[in-house]
Amino acid sequence: MSPVYYLYLAALLFTIGAAGVLIRRNAIVVFMCIELMLNACNLAFVTFSRMHGNLDGQIIAFFTMVVAAAEVVVGLAIIVTIFRTRHTASVDDASLMKL
Amino acid sequence: MTGLAAAASVTSSGEAVQFWILGIVAVVGALCTILMKRAVHSALSLAGTMIVLAVFYLANGAYFLGVVQIVVYTGAIMMLFLFVVMLVGVTAADSLKETLKGQRWLAAGLGIGFGILLIAGIGNASLKEFNGLGEANAGGNVQGLAALIFTKYVFAFEITGALLITAAVGAMVLTHRERTERAKSQREQSEARIREGKQVPPLPAPGVYARHNAVDIPGLLPDGTPSELSVNPTLRERGQIRDVSGESLAELKALEQRSEEWLGRSAEDEPKPPASGGAAPKEHKEGAKK
Repeated sequence: MSPVYYLYLAALLFTIGAAGVLIRRNAIVVFMCIELMLNACNLAFVTFSRMHGNLDGQIIAFFTMVVAAAEVVVGLAIIVTIFRTRHTASVDDASLMKL
Repeated sequence: MTGLAAAASVTSSGEAVQFWILGIVAVVGALCTILMKRAVHSALSLAGTMIVLAVFYLANGAYFLGVVQIVVYTGAIMMLFLFVVMLVGVTAADSLKETLKGQRWLAAGLGIGFGILLIAGIGNASLKEFNGLGEANAGGNVQGLAALIFTKYVFAFEITGALLITAAVGAMVLTHRERTERAKSQREQSEARIREGKQVPPLPAPGVYARHNAVDIPGLLPDGTPSELSVNPTLRERGQIRDVSGESLAELKALEQRSEEWLGRSAEDEPKPPASGGAAPKEHKEGAKK
């Protein structure tokens, strides 16, 4: 097996995540799909790091993780705020800037 | 996995077996994430996929990232997701109504097309051989990463710190709610309750205390019917109420019938089929008086 298969898997996971973002209406699940896409990218970075034989890819994956953690905190806070004002977590109902 | 050769093109067969087994698990987990109806199930499937990815990181020589993946992603981020799912609750169920006609199928088709594009791109790239991390990891994976973070990427690292602080403050600002009007006193609340005329006394407690005291079992009203009010509205909305009034009434009825037979009284009023409605308990009371 060649490490390229990890790239195929990463592409597949990224695709599934992207399709999930388009298909699902629940904001939390959409957010989870974004996390899935970020994870798929990380897998690609780690695989490329192995292919090139240096650690730069792993550093980028590490920074991606940090940014993802920050993003999750803010994103979930936004979801909770939207849920408080609109009593729904559906992305369709958040169509107005202000209630 | 070791990657000692300068430019190998095949990994060990053990890693291949691991890849094919865990890869399928990862894809199934990802599919479950987007196909499961409830957000909790999605979150758990995603956690499974993330654990599999952590194993893949380890297999790819990213030992630090593998551990961080488990600690940060499955440990912290997914638990945060679960907390929010609990906060947002039942009403977060996905609406199945399509706002745009045919949007789902179009999205699925686009997803498949995008996947084909990506995979074809990777297939056309010349990625036949790889170097392996044996040399880069020679002094230890964590040491190598640390050396890079604190030299070449030190500014990115510093900016990351600023980002984390901003995110923490942002989350607090977003979720903190300033109280704009005075809180209602207990007296005002009770007056408002009486004015509205709904449920003046405290809500009834759940559970049938002689048998069950779980919160998902409604308490029984004097006439034997389950009291909807005694169960948490969340459980009510999910339909997770366990109604035991029927079975317990039936058991009680059987018990009384047996005792009457033992006492030698003929059950002239033949036992009606036990219903969970209001008729059953009255019969019991009459039977007990006899």
